[in-house]
Amino acid sequence: MNTTTAETFAEARKKYKKQGQAVQVVKRLLQNRTAIVGMVVVGIIILIAIFAPLLTPYNPNTLDPSNAFAPMSLAHPLGCDNLGRDTLARIMYGARWSLALGLCAAGFGAVIGLVFGTIAGYYGGWVDSLIMRILDVLQAIPGNLLSIVIATVLGSGFINTVLALSIGGISGITRMLRARILSERSAEYLEAAASINCTTTRIMFGHLLPNTVSPVIVNITMGIGATIMQAAGLSYIGLGMPTSTPEWGAMLSSSRGFVSSYPLLLLWPGLAIAITVLAVNMIGDGLRDAMDPKLKR
Amino acid sequence: MSQTNEKFLEVNNLVVEYITGKQVVHAVNGVSFSLDKGHTLGLVGETGAGKTSIAKSIIGVLSDPPGKVRSGEILLEGKDLLTAPEEDMLQIRGKRISMIFQDPMTALNPVMTIGDQIAEVVALHSESGNTHEAKETALEMLKMVGITPERYDDFPHQFSGGMKQRVVIAIALACNPELLLADEPTTALDVTIQAQVLEMINDLKEKLNTSMILITHDLGVVAEMCDDVAVVYAGEIIEQGSKEDLFDHPAHPYTHGLFGSLPSMAKGQKRLHPIPGLTPDPTDLPKGCNFSPRCPYATDACRQGDIPLTELTPGHTCRCCNLGHLEKKEG
Amino acid sequence: MGKYILRRLVMCVIVVFVAAIIIFTIMYFVPGDPVEIMLGSTATVEQKDALRASLGLDQPFLIQLGTYLLNLLQGDFGTSYTYNAPVTNELLSRLPYTLLIGISGIIVDVIISIPLGIYAALRRGKWQDTACTVFAMACVSVPDFWFALMLVVIFAVNLQVLPVSGIGGPRYFVMPIAASALAGIGGLLRQTRSGMLDVMNSDFVVTARSKGVPEGKVILQHMLPNALIPVVTVVGGHFSRCIGGAVIIEQIFSIPGLGAYMLNAINTRDYPVIRSSVVILAAVTSIVMLVVDIVYALIDPRIKAQYSGK
Repeated sequence: MNTTTAETFAEARKKYKKQGQAVQVVKRLLQNRTAIVGMVVVGIIILIAIFAPLLTPYNPNTLDPSNAFAPMSLAHPLGCDNLGRDTLARIMYGARWSLALGLCAAGFGAVIGLVFGTIAGYYGGWVDSLIMRILDVLQAIPGNLLSIVIATVLGSGFINTVLALSIGGISGITRMLRARILSERSAEYLEAAASINCTTTRIMFGHLLPNTVSPVIVNITMGIGATIMQAAGLSYIGLGMPTSTPEWGAMLSSSRGFVSSYPLLLLWPGLAIAITVLAVNMIGDGLRDAMDPKLKR
Repeated sequence: MSQTNEKFLEVNNLVVEYITGKQVVHAVNGVSFSLDKGHTLGLVGETGAGKTSIAKSIIGVLSDPPGKVRSGEILLEGKDLLTAPEEDMLQIRGKRISMIFQDPMTALNPVMTIGDQIAEVVALHSESGNTHEAKETALEMLKMVGITPERYDDFPHQFSGGMKQRVVIAIALACNPELLLADEPTTALDVTIQAQVLEMINDLKEKLNTSMILITHDLGVVAEMCDDVAVVYAGEIIEQGSKEDLFDHPAHPYTHGLFGSLPSMAKGQKRLHPIPGLTPDPTDLPKGCNFSPRCPYATDACRQGDIPLTELTPGHTCRCCNLGHLEKKEG
Repeated sequence: MGKYILRRLVMCVIVVFVAAIIIFTIMYFVPGDPVEIMLGSTATVEQKDALRASLGLDQPFLIQLGTYLLNLLQGDFGTSYTYNAPVTNELLSRLPYTLLIGISGIIVDVIISIPLGIYAALRRGKWQDTACTVFAMACVSVPDFWFALMLVVIFAVNLQVLPVSGIGGPRYFVMPIAASALAGIGGLLRQTRSGMLDVMNSDFVVTARSKGVPEGKVILQHMLPNALIPVVTVVGGHFSRCIGGAVIIEQIFSIPGLGAYMLNAINTRDYPVIRSSVVILAAVTSIVMLVVDIVYALIDPRIKAQYSGK
C-alpha cells in the first residue's frame, strides 16, 4: 500500500513538472470556444493584411474618377469611394495599419508600464511615490484627450501616432503590476534568489516579473483592441494617419461628408474595426479565463 | 404536541450531490437519523465528509447550482421539508430551524450593521413585523450573548472573530428556534473563546429547550455537549449511538481510529494514532465500504456491495461487515 | 470623513495644477508658429513681432509658464488666438453641454448595465447569461464615434425620427448620449456580473437565506450592496472615457460643447483653447473621481472607517 502511494505521488509529480503553467494556460485556452473563434478571426485578418496585394487586383491608392461612388458589383465587391478607389482593397490594406498601430502602441505602452510598475513595486519608497504621483496626474486627464494633445504636438504619421496612443495604456499596467508585485514581494522564492546572489536586475526581471505578469498580459491584450479603436478615432478627427492613407479611421474621416448620400462608405471601415476589436477582445477574454480558472463563474 | 411515536426530526435516506461541469460529487449518500425534542446530536467526521451538506439540506439553503438534493426526506414533526412549498420554508427558516455557521468572519453581511442583521430575522418572523419591536428584541439578544447594546450600529469589521460568532448566535437564537444547527461553531475561534461560546450555546439551548445538531470534528466538544453521536465518513453515517456507546464501545474501525487518535493522558498513551491514508475522492467513491481502502481489517467482502447497518445494542448501529473479527482482534 | 474629503480636494487642485503645467509644457514645444497661422503668410515681420509681443510669446518659457499659471489661479484661461476673445467665458458657456452628455451617458450606462449584470449572474451558464456577455463584448468592441455615425444614418437620415445634429429639445440629445454611453455598458455589465457571482455563494448570503429572508430581498439587500462595491470603483474610470469620447461625438452632432471647441482649436492651432479645454476637462474628471470615491466610502463601511481614521 505504501509503495503504491509513493508511486502515484511520483507519477503525479512527473505529470505536474511536464505541464508548466504556460502549457496549462494554453491548454485551457484551446478548450475555450470564444477564444478559438477570436484567434481564428484575428489569424484571418493577419493573413489578409500580409497577403493583401495577392488578394485584390486593385491598388488602394489608385484614383479612378470614372468609378466614383461605384455601387457594389462583382468587380468591386464593396463598391468604390468618392475618388473611385476600391473599398475592399482599402479595407484589406487598412488591416495592416490598424493591426500595426494597435500592436505597436499597446506593446510600447505595455513595455513602459512594465518597467515603471516593476521599479515602483520593487523599490518602493520615494521612487514608488514619485511614479504613483505622476500617474495620478496622468490619470486625471482623460486618456483620449491626452492622446489628442500629443498627436496635435507631434503631427500625423505612424510613429507619432504610436507614441500618442501608447500613453493611454501606461498607467493602468503600471498600477496593476505594482499592486501584484507589492503582494508578491515578500514571497520566499525571492529571498531564495537573493540568497544565491542573484543580481537585482535578475531578481526583478528574471523572477519577479514572470510571476506577476499573467494578469497584465490579459490587460495588454484587451488594450490592443481599445488602442485600435482609439487609433481610428484619432485619424477620424484628422490627427493620427493622414486621410489619404488606407487606414480604417482615416477612411471614415474622408467619408464623413457622405452620411446622407453614401452611408455605405461609412459602414465598411467601421465594421472592419468592430470585427477586429471584437476578435481581439475574445482572445483576451479567453486568456483571462485560462489564466485564472477560479474567475470563471 | 405530536404523536408520541413520531420523532421531532427524522432524516431518511438523504442523498446530496454537487454537480460541477462533468463531475458529480457524491457529498451525502443515504443518510438517515432522527432527533428527539431537546436532544443534541453530534455529527462527527473529517472535513469534507458531508456534514455541512446535511445541515444545509435540513434548513434548505443548499446552493443550487451546484448542490442538489437527489432523494430522501427530511421530516420535521412529520412534515417533509424537501417537498414543502417555498413560502412555508420561509416561515420555517430562522423561526423554527436556524443555523450557526462555521466561519463567523464571512457569515455576516459586511455592509449592514450587526443590530440590523439581528433585527431583520426578528421582524421577518414577528406577527406585526414592527421594526421598533424588532430592534428591542435585537438589543435584548445582544445583551444575552454578552455584547453591549451600544454596539448595535457597529459593522461586522469592527468586531473580533469571537464577537462576530456571538452575533451569529444571536441571529440564530433570536426567534427561539425549535431546532438549532450548529456547524462547527467554534472551529474558527481561539481556544479560550471556544469554551465561552459553547457554554453560551448550551445555556441558551437549555433555556429554550431547543434540539440541536452539532457538527464538529472535535471529540472534546462532543463529550461535553451531545446526547447522541453519528460518525460521518464519505457521506455515510458509519456508526451511530449514544455518546457513551461510541466513547466506550466504538465498533467501526474508523470510529476506533478516530477515538483512538484522541490523546488520552489517563490511559497512559504515548503516541497519537493517526489513521493512514486519505478520505476517498467523493467524485469516485470505492465500491463497497467507503472506508475499505484505509481499513486495516478490510477483506474482499468489504469491497463489494452495500454494507448494511447492523444494530449492536438498541440504538447503537454500525455499518461494517467485520464486527465479529474486530472485537476478537482488539480484545 | 470631512477631513478626508478636504484632503482629497486639496490633492485634486494640486493634480489639476500639475496637469496644467504638463499640458502647457507639451504644447509649448509644438512645431509651427501660432503668429504665422493667425496673420497668414502675407504679414510683415513687424506685424508678427508686434502680435508676438502682445501675446507674450516673445518671453522665455518659464516666464510664459508662470504668467499662465498665475492667470489660471485667477480663473483666467487666456485669450483665443483665432477669435481674439477671452477663453474663460467660452469655456463656461460650453462646459454644461459636455457635462450633460458625459453625465447622462454614465447614468444610462448604470441604468442598462447593472440590471443586466444582475440578471446575467442570476442566470449564469444559461443562454440569457451568454446573450448578456455577447452584448457586453459587442459594446466595448464598437468605436463610439462610428456608432454615432451609424445612429445618424439609421435614425436621422433613413427613418428621420431624430434630428441630425444641433441642439434644441431633448430629442437632439438622444443620439449623442446613446453614443457616449456605449463604451461604458460592457465594462459595467461585466463588473456587475462578476461582482454578483462573487457574493452570490458567499456565507453571509447563506446566512440571510437561513434567516428566512425572501429571495428578492436577499438579492436587493444582501447581494447587491456588496456586489456594487467593485462596480463603483470602475464608474469613475468610465466617466473619464465618456468625457474623452464626447470630444468626437460633439463634433459629429454639432453640439457646442467643450469637445467641439477643442477640435476646432486643433485645426486652427489655437493653443490657449486646447490647453484650457484639457485642463477644465481634467478638473471635471478629478472631481467626478472624488465623488465616486466618496460614494464608495458611503456604501462600504470598511472604507469609511479607514478614511475617518478609525
